[in-house]
Amino acid sequence: MIFPFTEENIRNLKASEEILLSGIIYVARDQAHNRLIEAIKKKRSLPFDLKGAVIYYCGPTKTPKGKIIGSCGPTTSSRMDEFTPALLKAGVKGMIGKGSRSKEVVAAIRKFKAVYFLAYAGCGALLSKYVRKVTPVAYKDLGPEAILKLEVKGFPLIVGIDSRGKSAY
Amino acid sequence: MRIIAAKKMQDAVADLCIQANLYLRRDVLSELKRAYKREKNKRAKDILRAIIENARIAKNEKLAICQDTGMPVVFLEIGQEVGIKGDLKAAVDKGIMEGYRKASLRNSIIKNPLSRKTPGYSPAVIHTKIAKGNKVKIAVLPKGFGCENKSQLKMFKPTARIEEIKKFIIDSVRSAGPDACPPYVVGIGIGGTADYAGLLAKKALLRKLGARSSELGGLEINLLTSINKLNIGPMGLGGKATCLAVAIETYPTHIAGLPVAVNISCHALRSAEKIV
Repeated sequence: MIFPFTEENIRNLKASEEILLSGIIYVARDQAHNRLIEAIKKKRSLPFDLKGAVIYYCGPTKTPKGKIIGSCGPTTSSRMDEFTPALLKAGVKGMIGKGSRSKEVVAAIRKFKAVYFLAYAGCGALLSKYVRKVTPVAYKDLGPEAILKLEVKGFPLIVGIDSRGKSAY
Repeated sequence: MRIIAAKKMQDAVADLCIQANLYLRRDVLSELKRAYKREKNKRAKDILRAIIENARIAKNEKLAICQDTGMPVVFLEIGQEVGIKGDLKAAVDKGIMEGYRKASLRNSIIKNPLSRKTPGYSPAVIHTKIAKGNKVKIAVLPKGFGCENKSQLKMFKPTARIEEIKKFIIDSVRSAGPDACPPYVVGIGIGGTADYAGLLAKKALLRKLGARSSELGGLEINLLTSINKLNIGPMGLGGKATCLAVAIETYPTHIAGLPVAVNISCHALRSAEKIV
């Protein structure tokens, strides 16, 4: 499945379906979400275009010599629940993580027609193989919580919650 | 008196950090393979296969098994005939930094839990016990926080029935659900004080999977069966493999209390030990 997501291909995704994602995803987790929401509230400029973006909840290890990225599996999505409705409102279309989401997030997914994907949990070494390129984007001071742009190819995902709000759980 | 240089401890800790994070414990890998054979649900089988493949890639390419290389928990058992030459605490923390840096692990530790700036590799959480003899036993358990966040403690009344305790343990796993990366290994601490029960639960995770506690082996098996009946499955998407093992550690406690702590580990249960 090629990025960017169109309304049609988002609509066609069904809970529990497996896809392979190729395209751009943005790594952002706890502290980065805090800062993004602050920036939205204070109407400051954002470090990347949220419209149509796919966010990957992840904090990778350092990159070993000769590798593109270190171990980079998903972190627990529910910690980002409180920030998610505002990001979906601002145009984010996809989220990748692991674990269940709150009912407020499910409602926002339905309202803004987004999709939540699950990545293989605890399989950071395996998932690193699907990352072709890494570009730092923002918040370098956050260390492993910095925002990164990843170019991925054939990244295996499971539809966790589809745009109708149906869950794989 | 046997004198050991603190540097020797530092080197051992560094090695154990790398070993624990890159090479999945043999007993954990065996249990995952066994769970794969037993699993009937196709998706659950696919996920278990990915987990087993992940361990192989981590080992061969020297990548961390999981990007959450945890908060290192170090268990030191120091023989009382041993004298350490140098600063032991500093040596352990230096060993952590050395190991984590060398293997490109993750700087997940922030010095101030409230201001939360500048993640680094250390300090570790260190538990020290004095034992007989002239050896030092070191165990390093990098604890991932997705599962650590699902820890539970309950101070039961001393008259609490075993059924209430079992219910609390099973409910702890039920409320973790998919979030702590099942299939789980569940460590339980019973007795001591509130903090000691937590330590016992963590220590229980060091035990080889399937090695039964002499007194409570029956309860461990009983809980394993009950937890697996939750059918949470790998990644919480259903299946037989919800829990790989249950280990209980106990300690004497006060007549007015019955502390029970639950420390859940994800399937990437990582630890390594060495005797110096």
